[in-house]
Amino acid sequence: MVNLVIDGKKIQAKEGITLLEAARENGIDIPTLCSHESLEPSGACRLCSVEVTKGNRSKIVTSCIYTVEEGIKVNTESERVKKVRKLIMELLLARNPDSDVIIELAEKLGVKPQKRFLPDHDKGKCILCRLCIKTCETIVGVSAIGFSSRGATKIVGTPFDEESDVCIGCGACAYVCPTGHIQMETTGDTRTIWGRTFKMTACNVCGRYFAPEDQLKYISQKTGVPLKELSTCTSCR
Amino acid sequence: MNTQKITKNKIKGIIGRHEAEKTSLIAILQDMQNEFRYLPKEALVAVGKHLDMPLARVYEVATFYNAFSLKPRGRYLVEVCAGTACHVKGGFNLLAKLERELKIECGQTTKDGTFTLEQVRCLGCCSLAPVVRIDNDIHAYLTQDKIPRILKKYRK
Repeated sequence: MVNLVIDGKKIQAKEGITLLEAARENGIDIPTLCSHESLEPSGACRLCSVEVTKGNRSKIVTSCIYTVEEGIKVNTESERVKKVRKLIMELLLARNPDSDVIIELAEKLGVKPQKRFLPDHDKGKCILCRLCIKTCETIVGVSAIGFSSRGATKIVGTPFDEESDVCIGCGACAYVCPTGHIQMETTGDTRTIWGRTFKMTACNVCGRYFAPEDQLKYISQKTGVPLKELSTCTSCR
Repeated sequence: MNTQKITKNKIKGIIGRHEAEKTSLIAILQDMQNEFRYLPKEALVAVGKHLDMPLARVYEVATFYNAFSLKPRGRYLVEVCAGTACHVKGGFNLLAKLERELKIECGQTTKDGTFTLEQVRCLGCCSLAPVVRIDNDIHAYLTQDKIPRILKKYRK
């Protein structure tokens, strides 16, 4: 066990966990966008920045990738943290002025759009946090999407911006996206995502369209469960 | 350097020269770029299969580096330096002149596939500013009036 202080509260934390985890276990809220319990943290959105004091020195760190240390003092609401968080939020607000999630979060943190950061209108709602890419790679296991290009023109998408032949239309990327950038439309027997339209399977009991055919085929292939068994939706099973 | 015809055998040959490990990716892409002057889609697909790597990952790397091009490039790559020294010495005028002479815009390739015009940041020879590099030859202290003659040499 590691002893540390977060916001004046003495805390005992398991060795190896991150500051963010330790804080959340103890009911201390730190705003985040790119953190997800099922995926490795990456420190992409920087919103979880906190101030760590070791002896006479203090520094700003990203709490989602900083592991707990014996004897450190952590401040999640110091003036310095507030200043850093405000700047990060202002930049996010300028990058994604149309994202409801970001607008709401900015309001919660009391951050307003700044004139000195000209708003972007070509970035959609994407903050380039990589959650969708990691989900597709490690959880779904197909890697249908990735980044392309770099710097100001970096975007997430399928290779060559074409219909992906490995995508199974599961929609996990749209589900995990923290800002609602990824568009997925499901209407009756079809679902459209990343420019490709998938045929949906109807449940063989209740007749409700519940999953893309390609997804069920993929699950059947991976798990060995026959396709017929998978063609019953979860509520009828 | 001629633009090579893209064949499955050539792609196979390049890939075969490298070990089937993820760390070979950039080396293979560099060889492809040298051979074809750009990275054709079928080459990226083949590389992904060989290295057992998703196409999305290969595409990420191929689009990240400026040394790789996904669009066919002409026989000669004309690079106009836009570094600080060349810019101060009027490199942008050279680019404008080249655009007029070649009848293309920066980033495009001439219809006959001879020249591709691009801008680069610094070629590392600022004492020779302003410079234009054509097919790895540096043309130093370049002025607009020298450009037609230089292009003629390559057109032959």
